[in-house]
Amino acid sequence: MEPLKNVKLSTKNVNLYYGENHALKDINLDIATNKITAFIGPSGCGKSTYLKSLNRMNDLIPGCKITGQFLLDGEDIYAEGVDTNVLRRRIGMVFQKPNPFPMSIYDNVAYGPRVHGIRNKSKLDQIVEESLKAAAVFDEVKDRLNKSALSLSGGQQQRICIARAIAVQPEVILMDEPTSALDPVSTLKIEELMNSLKEKYTVAIVTHNMQQATRISDYTAFFLVGEMVEFGETEEIFSRPTDKRTEDYITGRFG
Amino acid sequence: MSKANAEAVGTVSAKATSGIRSKRSGMTDAKEHVMKFIFTLCGIVAVACVIMITVYMIISGAPAIGKIGIIEFLFGDTWYAKEEQFGILPLILTSIFGTCGAIVIGVPIGLMTAVFLSELAPKPLKNIVKPAVELLAAIPSVIYGLLGSMLIKPVIYALEEMIFANDPTHQFTGGANLFSAILVLAIMILPTIINISENSLSAVPPEYREASTGLGATKIQTIFKVTIPAAKSGIASGVVLGVGRAIGEAMAIMLVAGNSANMPGLFNSVKFLTTGVVAEFAYSSGLHRQALFGIGLVLFVFIMIINFILNGILKSNKKTAKSEKK
Amino acid sequence: MAANVKENSLCKKHRRPSDIILQIVIYICSALVVALTLGMIIFIVIRGCEGMSWNFLSTPAFSYPYENYGVLGNIINTLYLVVITMLVATPIGVGAAIYLTEYAKQGRLTQIIEFTTETLSGIPSIIYGLFGSVFFYNIFKVNYSILTGALTLSIMVLPTIVRTTQEAIKTVPAGYREGSIGLGAPKWHMIRTVVLPSCIDGILTSVILSIGRIVGESAALIFTAGIASEINISSIGDIFSKVMTQGGSLTVQLYQYAQRGGAELKYAFSTALVLLITVLIINIAAKLVAHSVRKKRG
Repeated sequence: MEPLKNVKLSTKNVNLYYGENHALKDINLDIATNKITAFIGPSGCGKSTYLKSLNRMNDLIPGCKITGQFLLDGEDIYAEGVDTNVLRRRIGMVFQKPNPFPMSIYDNVAYGPRVHGIRNKSKLDQIVEESLKAAAVFDEVKDRLNKSALSLSGGQQQRICIARAIAVQPEVILMDEPTSALDPVSTLKIEELMNSLKEKYTVAIVTHNMQQATRISDYTAFFLVGEMVEFGETEEIFSRPTDKRTEDYITGRFG
Repeated sequence: MSKANAEAVGTVSAKATSGIRSKRSGMTDAKEHVMKFIFTLCGIVAVACVIMITVYMIISGAPAIGKIGIIEFLFGDTWYAKEEQFGILPLILTSIFGTCGAIVIGVPIGLMTAVFLSELAPKPLKNIVKPAVELLAAIPSVIYGLLGSMLIKPVIYALEEMIFANDPTHQFTGGANLFSAILVLAIMILPTIINISENSLSAVPPEYREASTGLGATKIQTIFKVTIPAAKSGIASGVVLGVGRAIGEAMAIMLVAGNSANMPGLFNSVKFLTTGVVAEFAYSSGLHRQALFGIGLVLFVFIMIINFILNGILKSNKKTAKSEKK
Repeated sequence: MAANVKENSLCKKHRRPSDIILQIVIYICSALVVALTLGMIIFIVIRGCEGMSWNFLSTPAFSYPYENYGVLGNIINTLYLVVITMLVATPIGVGAAIYLTEYAKQGRLTQIIEFTTETLSGIPSIIYGLFGSVFFYNIFKVNYSILTGALTLSIMVLPTIVRTTQEAIKTVPAGYREGSIGLGAPKWHMIRTVVLPSCIDGILTSVILSIGRIVGESAALIFTAGIASEINISSIGDIFSKVMTQGGSLTVQLYQYAQRGGAELKYAFSTALVLLITVLIINIAAKLVAHSVRKKRG
């Protein structure tokens, strides 16, 4: 495969250890701007770990050691002096389980902007509305923005979480199996939403659902026991995998 | 455990030989009934205690209130036993102000310490702070009183002398005043506030912290904007328990409050509901003693109100916990 | 938004003065709590040593024919209070807990019992003192006695024992229970052979903690057990008849010394030191038991 154009995030020789456990081995991977890149692989293969290392969420785990190069627009993410809070504003994250805060829908979405210093009420109103619209949930909740976000269904909660991530205007959105806890209808809604998201954002998504990867992603990376086995355009990977292990996985021989 | 199980198997297999429909031996049956009866009785004793206490507090407290007149008793502003003047308004207000003062000082310190323990403390520091809090909870209240009179009173007296140096109308208390009592109470409620707040902060799901961090919030922002709000009802019940502890405390403030039935003022010698009873009980008789039981009844009513508030908080806690699970 | 990107350089630290201030406040508060505790203990140890002597520990306080300062009488009274209180409260408390967790159907009665134990645990000790002084006076017709004090304390510690025993019973794995019931064992047999043995350390912890509470209690005792500090045991019969006589606990004696002040203040601190050491030992014991429970379950 040819080198990618428009690389947003570039990683080279990434190794990650949890104590003794060598969880990521020599990963080299680029993520393209305004595209959806999917990470697939059996559970425990390191795909989520890799995703979390992209905005340094692994920093929170004691005993975690990371080496290698991570570049966001050419800037080293792990360099000394990097403000992780700025990094995480630029690289947002949506988690596996919908995790809205126990506050109103409005306050959930306004949380990020407020944290980053926006106090102006009309500005906040505008951000909340735009974010909810971008997350395709505005029409469902516009009459009850002051209700607790916990009163919503799981699918709506997850879209609130996406709106919350969008509200800080990130450049990259990382999604860690965002639909695994949802029903098929909600999943479909979120998949549709992702297609519109990539116009503005660069998206990286972990999924163990291969149909989902084929439906939504432009590029796919296949992980296996801490290694990245194969990376390429999604169509290529699923129709003409070059590695035997990839073929075995996508044809359902294991996993 | 295995021995016990083996025993159980033994008895059952012995019985099984006599057929499925055979009843248990009369002895076992009787024993079962007796034990069940005994355990039920134990449960009822607990209820009986509360009923008895309630009834006795009313029986002993009501006559004085009846004789003095409920308005006169609750809202009379003079408590002077020798002249049979039994108005407890100064005592009630002192108890309320004293408790509020203790809460105002104790809650922020306690909450911050709880935040430290549950969110920030590195292990070695946690291993120092946590036992200190446990010790604080274990120290008997008379010792707080002794230390308060030796350590806090002189400091407050110095402060009093400074503030009122040019005020000829001020009655000097030698440091035995509401302010000293508030400080002692504030320290006494710390362990309650810290323990309950720490528990409810630790119970906040890690996903909330993760989400906040993922949005670029700093650790402190996460604590104050997400974790504390999410734990607020737990913290509230800690505060209510602290109120209960402060309003019911007697021995610790006996030696630092001054014991004159003045209206509350930071540098006034004051009598709390509790200290009034302790100070006068031994030598009281007749209507005076009945009036002290009347004070006990008022205190009891306060505690019951606090209990109901607490119950309300705990119930709403359970409800939100349930809806969050959904 | 494009303009934002440059300004967004990863290395541009966004300092938040409020964060730093709050962090400092948190550390100061925690340090204050530790300093308070340490300061109090050091102060008691230093001042307590002044009046401490073998004579202080081995004789009771009396004022005739000469003034003697000692705490033996109060130590013995405290022991009496602990033993009688626990003898009364433990069986009732554990029994009530067994009833609540094993026998009672979840319904009105259990709700009432649970509500009342909660209420009992919120009542301040001075109310127990007032109640005990009237209620047991009506029964025993004596104003102050160790028995009155102990029974009052029994009611006071009852809710703690019920609650902690309940918690302990609830941690017994359901499998144990099903194993026994499934074999057709009658209920009491199951409780005796399965439930109680596996939660005995939980009960023990609650008993030890209750003892700690009794040792530190003062307000409930001053109106019920009184303030006497003589030993008054010269024959075997006296050991039993003593329960009907006045007896001040360590805490009550400490309060009296502190109230009188002056030269007796140092004995107040010595008594405080004795109390503090006792309470510390009790707490450490409770910790050790709780620790062994965790290890066993671990």
